[in-house]
Amino acid sequence: MSSASSTTTGAAKPSSTRDKPANKWEAAADWTDGRLGIYSLAKANLRKIFPDHWSFMLGEICLYSFVIIILTGVYLTLFFKPSMGEVIYNGSYVPLKGIGMSEAYASTLDISFEVRGGLLIRQIHHWAALVFVAAMLVHMMRVFFTGAFRKPREINWVFGFLLLVLGMFDGFFGYSLPDDLLSGTGIRFMEGAILAVPLVGTYLQMFLYGGEFPGHDIIPRFFTIHVLLIPGIMLGLLVAHLILVFYHKHTQWAGPGKTEKNVVGMPLMPVYMAKAGGFFFLVFGLISAISAIASINPIWAYGPYRPDQVSTDAQPDWYMGFSEGLIRVMPGWEISLWGHTLNLGVFVPLMIFPLVLVAIAVYPFIEGWITGDKREHHILDRPRNAPVRTALGAAWISLYLVLLVGGGNDLFATHLHLSINSITYFVRVGFFAVPVIVFIITKRWCLGLQRRDKEKVLHGRETGVIKRLPHGEFVEVHAQLPQKDLFKLTAHEQTQPVELPAQTDENGVARKAGALTRTRAKLSRGFYGEGSQIPKPTAEEHHEITSGHGHH
Amino acid sequence: MKKLSARRRHPLAALVVLLLALAATGGLYAAFAPADKAQADVAAQSLAIDEGKKLFAVGCSSCHGLNGQGSSDGPSLVGVGSASVDFQVGTGRMPAQQPGAQVPRKKNIYTQAEIDQLAAFVASLGPGPVTPKEEQYTSTNPEDISKGGELFRTNCAQCHNFAGQGGALTKGKYAPSLEGVDAKHIYEAMQTGPQNMPSFPDTTMPEEQKKQIVAFVRHTTSDEPNPGGLTLGSLGPVTEGLFGWIFGLGTLIAVAIWVAAHTTKAKKS
Repeated sequence: MSSASSTTTGAAKPSSTRDKPANKWEAAADWTDGRLGIYSLAKANLRKIFPDHWSFMLGEICLYSFVIIILTGVYLTLFFKPSMGEVIYNGSYVPLKGIGMSEAYASTLDISFEVRGGLLIRQIHHWAALVFVAAMLVHMMRVFFTGAFRKPREINWVFGFLLLVLGMFDGFFGYSLPDDLLSGTGIRFMEGAILAVPLVGTYLQMFLYGGEFPGHDIIPRFFTIHVLLIPGIMLGLLVAHLILVFYHKHTQWAGPGKTEKNVVGMPLMPVYMAKAGGFFFLVFGLISAISAIASINPIWAYGPYRPDQVSTDAQPDWYMGFSEGLIRVMPGWEISLWGHTLNLGVFVPLMIFPLVLVAIAVYPFIEGWITGDKREHHILDRPRNAPVRTALGAAWISLYLVLLVGGGNDLFATHLHLSINSITYFVRVGFFAVPVIVFIITKRWCLGLQRRDKEKVLHGRETGVIKRLPHGEFVEVHAQLPQKDLFKLTAHEQTQPVELPAQTDENGVARKAGALTRTRAKLSRGFYGEGSQIPKPTAEEHHEITSGHGHH
Repeated sequence: MKKLSARRRHPLAALVVLLLALAATGGLYAAFAPADKAQADVAAQSLAIDEGKKLFAVGCSSCHGLNGQGSSDGPSLVGVGSASVDFQVGTGRMPAQQPGAQVPRKKNIYTQAEIDQLAAFVASLGPGPVTPKEEQYTSTNPEDISKGGELFRTNCAQCHNFAGQGGALTKGKYAPSLEGVDAKHIYEAMQTGPQNMPSFPDTTMPEEQKKQIVAFVRHTTSDEPNPGGLTLGSLGPVTEGLFGWIFGLGTLIAVAIWVAAHTTKAKKS
């Protein structure tokens, strides 16, 4: 760019190869470019194309709520005292006057009642956190159901998954900080879960809490984890996630003119700059409005934490709710061996908790192994065209929801006038049965939709016009779909199941396929075999029907 | 008789029978039903007991027995005290509508005078907790609210929730919400331990502490505005999560759809 020429001609005179900067803005841009090389950077990226679809904006909701959380979190750290030192409250909230509490709790009360704007900022921080994790989950489901995790995006899928898990845990540490009755119960629960780990549980507990529960260390330690450690890692992952999105370029839906080698959409500058920038303010505004309307985590109502007190409705924030469900519905089994107790009632849920998450995280790799597909995919799948994947995803969601019901079993009991025991038994059975049922229904549903697509391609859409034929028969007139729609409905490719290698080799010697190969072939048949997809209409079929003089 | 039987198929016979039946029922009701107006309270204790016994025979005896001795359908009331009756009848729980996991609170159909008579009768069956006087449950000291809060979180919140919103117990039983409950009834519940609630007699929880708890509950469940905005039922993170998903993320997705639908139309036209 201009930097090379300006060094040869000297700094005093403007570059001979360039016109004099038209105004001071251009001069400033030149100045910056000479030092940072922004012209080439901007040239490469400002015209970056993004496709237009609302579901591609879910990630933006995550990004913006993360920014909001950081902004409000910084404000809160100015006033929060992460200390478990005891004080007597003497602030303006009457129902807690004269009560002994930790400095952490007292400073949170001060943020809520004495600091200007403190309660609003606290509520924005907390509501944004709920929305952040919810948006991440929905964003992940969008990527899952459209197959956007396929090569080359597997690593980015893992980055996103790690962001979700870290977001969940950072949320957990965050709501543990105020040291109110609810969060203290959560920390107590965590202690119990750690203690349930065989052999090392007691050591881990002593290490983390710095002594017997509650001790004086846990809140300061959680504070460091919450404001420094996890957000730092998340920020790094987030940047990597976005760099990869830029590097891979965005996926797009199938359509005329859209290929695996292009991206059809609008340029970053100015269209997406305006859209994304505006959307940030919409997200910020909406979360602020909610925070101004509805209370969240009313720590003043919970009271300070004391190990001898507890309130009902002691649940974690929603994203930890499925772990609460696991622990609530697990029978309280215990094994006592050689003077040691293995607390299965807590330990089993503790083990299933990561498995539930990992199950969805490893799926891209499993699917990649089954299909053996090494090609890049930039065109998204419609969920119906991958029935087994869609059914597995729906089954996973249903499992998650069943566990959420288990986690809120007491509120379902009181508000629907049911027995909490019946709900718990239902969840115990549902944990195993509901995902299977949902899998079957979803798969059949997808197949039904595929048949419908085929029908539409071959016979056109129903017009609602009824025609009476001379001999009295009534028929509905079908209209051919426009070429564009035909393309969309038939653009997907249908994976064929992997064939086992021939039983005998070219010399007629018996060849045995390994167990892994056979499993893969079996899974592949399950995924893409006869019962798992409807062969899409071919051009010949379409031609035959539309050109002939059939009664359609 | 013959005359009567001859006319029994008369078109108006059914009407006559109906009128007779109505008159008989009404007459009997007038004879047996409690007087509309409460008897003057100045009557002697024995008079109240007598009146209470009559009321009891009508409203309570089918389950608790004519002398409050109890039956397979209801427990013995010997020794439950007047406070118990005042709570159960005063909150409409008794007479019970139907058996079930728990008898719910409903509209009270007795006047306070009638309740007092019933209470006098039941109290006469054996000594028990006595209906509290107003100064016992009315706190004048503002510090009682915070002290009561501490006591409430220690003794009550595990079932009734931190804000007195109630919660689930086993097999369809529940700790009811304390919203809109009279101070007197809160006090009596602590005294007598109705249904699934443990009782907190003066020996385990002194009168003063009960008064403080009442002060806290009345303050917490009053209509005073919540500093943070809508309480979402004061039910903790479950309702917050539901609200966040529906109104937080739900609205944001709707906004995203709107933004995506409004794109530049340069290519068209």
